[in-house]
Amino acid sequence: MHPALLIDFGSTYTKLTALDLDQERILGTSSACTTSADDIMKGLDKALALLEVQTGDLDYRMRLACSSAAGGLRMMVSGLVPELTAEAARQAALGAGARICRLFSHELSSRDLTAIEDDPPDIFLLTGGTDGGNRECITGNAEKLASLSVRFPIIYAGNRSALDDCERILSDFPLTLCPNVMPRFGELNIEPVQKEIRALFLSRIVTARGLSRTRELLSGILMPTPSAILSAVRLLADGCGGEPGIGELMAIDVGGATTDVYSIGRGEPDDLQIIFKGLEEPYAKRTVEGDIGVRYSIQGIAGEKGLDWIACRAELPADQVSALIGQLAARPSTVPSAAGRLRKLDDALAAGAVEIASRRHAGTLTRVYTPMGIAYMQTGKNLRLMERIILTGGPLVYAGDPLAIAGQALHSSLHPESLRPRQAEAFLDQSYILSAMGVLAESQPEIALRVMKRELRLIGRCGQTLHQD
Amino acid sequence: MLVIGVIGADVHAVGIRILEFAFREAGYQVTNLGVMVSQEEFIGAALETGADAIIVSSLYGHGELDCRGLREKCEEAGLGEILLYVGGNIVVGKQDFSDVEKRFRAMGFDRVFPPGTTPEEAIACLDKDLGVK
Repeated sequence: MHPALLIDFGSTYTKLTALDLDQERILGTSSACTTSADDIMKGLDKALALLEVQTGDLDYRMRLACSSAAGGLRMMVSGLVPELTAEAARQAALGAGARICRLFSHELSSRDLTAIEDDPPDIFLLTGGTDGGNRECITGNAEKLASLSVRFPIIYAGNRSALDDCERILSDFPLTLCPNVMPRFGELNIEPVQKEIRALFLSRIVTARGLSRTRELLSGILMPTPSAILSAVRLLADGCGGEPGIGELMAIDVGGATTDVYSIGRGEPDDLQIIFKGLEEPYAKRTVEGDIGVRYSIQGIAGEKGLDWIACRAELPADQVSALIGQLAARPSTVPSAAGRLRKLDDALAAGAVEIASRRHAGTLTRVYTPMGIAYMQTGKNLRLMERIILTGGPLVYAGDPLAIAGQALHSSLHPESLRPRQAEAFLDQSYILSAMGVLAESQPEIALRVMKRELRLIGRCGQTLHQD
Repeated sequence: MLVIGVIGADVHAVGIRILEFAFREAGYQVTNLGVMVSQEEFIGAALETGADAIIVSSLYGHGELDCRGLREKCEEAGLGEILLYVGGNIVVGKQDFSDVEKRFRAMGFDRVFPPGTTPEEAIACLDKDLGVK
């Protein structure tokens, strides 16, 4: 036996997975409340004790972790045009698992600078201009950052032609130079930046957050949790070595505060008549909805879907739903029992979260009437032909009817413009292991892949069946 | 650096490729936005690439509607001085071109090209306006 301990330090829960690397099987999983940011060891100890009850005393050869505790990886990003370099920078940071606390475009204002100074980010991503393009914006912003009284790590990933100037201007910041996030118009190049974000997270952030105390026990905190999930689902889609993946997919992680959606696939137009517009889309894409979650962000779901929609799905009277939503918002740690009205309400909220977050993640198709006939324009990612949806996160893992909730991620006649999957197989992360497998994938991708393929449970098929002649 | 594209709901895809090729041959760096390009796309691309000129093509007769306000938007975006060219079949029907040119000049375009203009003529104007040769 070769046991490995995989840890996910969350902001609310610390989740553990014990895995035997020889047999490639899960020995046990447990979770406990993360006590507080400054002493995450207590939460870990509690969860370890719970795990030990299942597994007995194990001599772990490998202890790996991901973390979204202590606010996660807090980034600020700046670019020139909101839909272009600022969007490319946003995609880069989201895909690296960051929480974007501020997004700037064009020149930084004095208010922006005050906001940066008041609460400096873990990393600032500075972009703007294509290579050889606009340089005034990024050099101006570099000068403004240099005038601040605070220092923080900066990743420069803008116009190459302004790089020398900016390197000089920012000489007393910890500065990492990267290839441009948008080297040519519309071309997205975010993976080099994501690699640097990961490296900075390891070398600086973990230490600064007091997470380093855990280091004595761990082989390393490898990455922010969303980044672990993104690597896990990318591995699951693409495969590795001799082990094939399951193909293009989307994954949805509903939480108490946020809902994350991931898609692995090219997402290009599926018809020659459709013209793609805007910035290229990342193959492995993550979006996060900060206003959509079943506890802290419950009002976001209620506000967008409406009380009647939630009440109808939960089969409860609207006034009762309204009261319960107030209670859940006030007590975010509430966990519903297996059956009962809270469970029904949680399912309805999760369905709402999935519907909203998948719609915001997917691209859109616009019909344009031209003198030559109807033309279609696609912006964002086309997920219509994606055939797999992975569900993770407490509200989905413990849902009464997860298949019905998965159906909310599909194409709907209420939003025909949204390029969501037409039909899909739904898989449930029943043992709650996606983040752990993302961490393990760093060193043992084939094992992580085989474990995922076995542990993710196919719960059924949803959506319209296509009639074929 | 030039930003080129076919404005509005116009899907004529061939001519713009020929223009892209000709401008590149003449030594210009070109960002070709293709067909069905909105005013906002022209401006976003010109901002990021630090373009010297926006060259608008229109072949389906609605150019006058599509081009209205482009200069003002450029000014709003801080691109007030950028060269604006337009060419193709930019109006409906057979109209006196000097009238058409006057109307487009009044809309803020620096050069207005009639149907049948060769790429070489446009390149000669660019060279002159940008002071390259």
